[in-house]
Amino acid sequence: MNLVIALTIGVLYTAGVWLLLQRSLSRIVIGLAVIGHGANLLLLAAGGPGGAPPVAGADPAVTADPLPQALALTAIVITFGVSAFLLSMAYRNWIYRADDEVEDDVEDRRIMEARRAIERDQARTQELSEDDDLGQGVGR
Amino acid sequence: MTGDLLPLLVAVPLLGGGVSLILSRYRMAQRVLGVLVLTAQLGLAIAALRSVFDGSTITARLGGWTPDVGIVLVADPLAGLLLVVAALMLLAVFVYALGSELTDDTAPFFHPVYLTLAAGVSLSFLAGDLFNLFVAFEIMLVSSYVLITLGGARRQVRHGMSYVVISLLASGLFITAVALLYGATGTVNMALLAGELDQLDPTVRQALGLMLLVVFGIKAAIFPLFQWLPDSYPTAPSPVTAVFAGLLTKVGVYAIMRTQTLLFPTGGTASTVLLVLAGLTMVVGVLGAIAQDDVKRILSFHIVSQIGYMLLGVGLFSLAGLAGAVLYIVHHIIVKTTLFLVGGIIEQTNGTGQLRKLGGLLHSAPGMAVLFLLPALSLAGIPPFSGFVAKLSLVQAGLAIEQWTIVGVSLAVSLLTLFSMTKIWNGVFWGTPDEPSPVAAAEGPDRLPASPAMVGATTVLVVASLGVSLAAGPLFDVSERAATVLLDRAPYIDAVVGP
Repeated sequence: MNLVIALTIGVLYTAGVWLLLQRSLSRIVIGLAVIGHGANLLLLAAGGPGGAPPVAGADPAVTADPLPQALALTAIVITFGVSAFLLSMAYRNWIYRADDEVEDDVEDRRIMEARRAIERDQARTQELSEDDDLGQGVGR
Repeated sequence: MTGDLLPLLVAVPLLGGGVSLILSRYRMAQRVLGVLVLTAQLGLAIAALRSVFDGSTITARLGGWTPDVGIVLVADPLAGLLLVVAALMLLAVFVYALGSELTDDTAPFFHPVYLTLAAGVSLSFLAGDLFNLFVAFEIMLVSSYVLITLGGARRQVRHGMSYVVISLLASGLFITAVALLYGATGTVNMALLAGELDQLDPTVRQALGLMLLVVFGIKAAIFPLFQWLPDSYPTAPSPVTAVFAGLLTKVGVYAIMRTQTLLFPTGGTASTVLLVLAGLTMVVGVLGAIAQDDVKRILSFHIVSQIGYMLLGVGLFSLAGLAGAVLYIVHHIIVKTTLFLVGGIIEQTNGTGQLRKLGGLLHSAPGMAVLFLLPALSLAGIPPFSGFVAKLSLVQAGLAIEQWTIVGVSLAVSLLTLFSMTKIWNGVFWGTPDEPSPVAAAEGPDRLPASPAMVGATTVLVVASLGVSLAAGPLFDVSERAATVLLDRAPYIDAVVGP
């Protein structure tokens, strides 16, 4: 495999995963598309070195492998369609919230609230007991 | 049925979906078309099962291309059995959807997309090469993206988004795995891969196997990769959730079963990785279910837990284990769908699915209680229902090859399943609501009576699940034949590669 192609694939996957881990929805969409590009390039690279155009009648010994090209073409079409759907969904999300950030998980938020309530309680009991100590000090 | 007719199982619903889109302004025509197409699919699936019933395998080479470059559709007993169950369920849920409120405003889109989903499911069972399996998954998933956000409410968009993003990431990994497999072996056809992979360096082979397991593990919602499921499923309209719960994850399990047995066989020993994953999936799923307070969310976590049982059968890698897993999938598809349909009726007639707002339905809707109780007991594995038969065969298979730990775990999880089913039963059918439901007082538009189509379709599926336990003997024989083909590999490979 050509080193330049191998490096390109690596960079595309890295950038894609990094974008996918962002909070902004548009970056996630772009990240998925970039990972898709990396995968398509990997498919092409898996077919071995390039060669003459694989048309009917050509000598199979010198032509490029046509199968990965067909697979990559199919994958590109699918990625295109799905990206369009994802973008329209992101747009709908933006209309609802006027915001591009991914919301917290409902369960996560519930757990956070519960934890905060417990902490508040603890803080209050601590304050109360400190007040008690103070009162006792004055009384004595 | 000869192999040449296999493409019809995909072409008929796909074409039906297209025509349905053209007919989107004529609601009645759309409905009739949908029922006709799905009935035709059921008929075709039964014909396909008949011809593979004795354990043979039929194939169709599209366009006459040889398997190394062309698309091959393959039906073996496992695929035939699942095709029939899936078609039956798709038809029943479709009838239910016709009677549900869902089909009023969103109908023009629901019908075509639903039929496309049916085509995708058929193609996944029939696909003979990994790339075609990827395409089938995409057809199925793109339809599911539309169905899960049908109506486009805010909550659906938010939860649907995580579903879509996770599925897309899995698809990207799938393409990567296919590319690496092609680079290593020079083919994507599964029958040819089986021979090629045996000659690879074991390390490379293991890495490829693990990669495919991760891809299908996301689709099947196995242990560390399941969090998207309970988050997104409950937000969709009830018929959609029911069809997802019954089918989509099971297609993932089917893919795990097919690839692990055909491409990465262990040679007769149990696979520790799969058994550990199976145990964790069961336990985490059922514990999640116990913590929930909503009918649909409880049932969603149960899907995860039940996937563990199927994985257990695959992980045992014995004839009895695989046969048990096949039987379990058949049982699970029917029972889980039924439970979600009943949950949908409860939600529609009461305006809520939250346990603390429900109660006393045993008196106000005794019929509903029966429709819930039968599949619920079956899911928990109480004799004589289908779940008992399926679990018994798995436990026996586990004991036969002395995997004590996983058998113990599966029995404990079974008890916990019963516990959380009792929780729904207590919350919904017994007692009185803990909190008055806001709509119960208002009698608002959220509170609709269940239509005859909804109750009828649910009843048919309950009867079908009873049928599974009555016909357990013959069904187990078919499952065993399916497992024999899976373990033997030779009949499948010969049917695809042979002249």
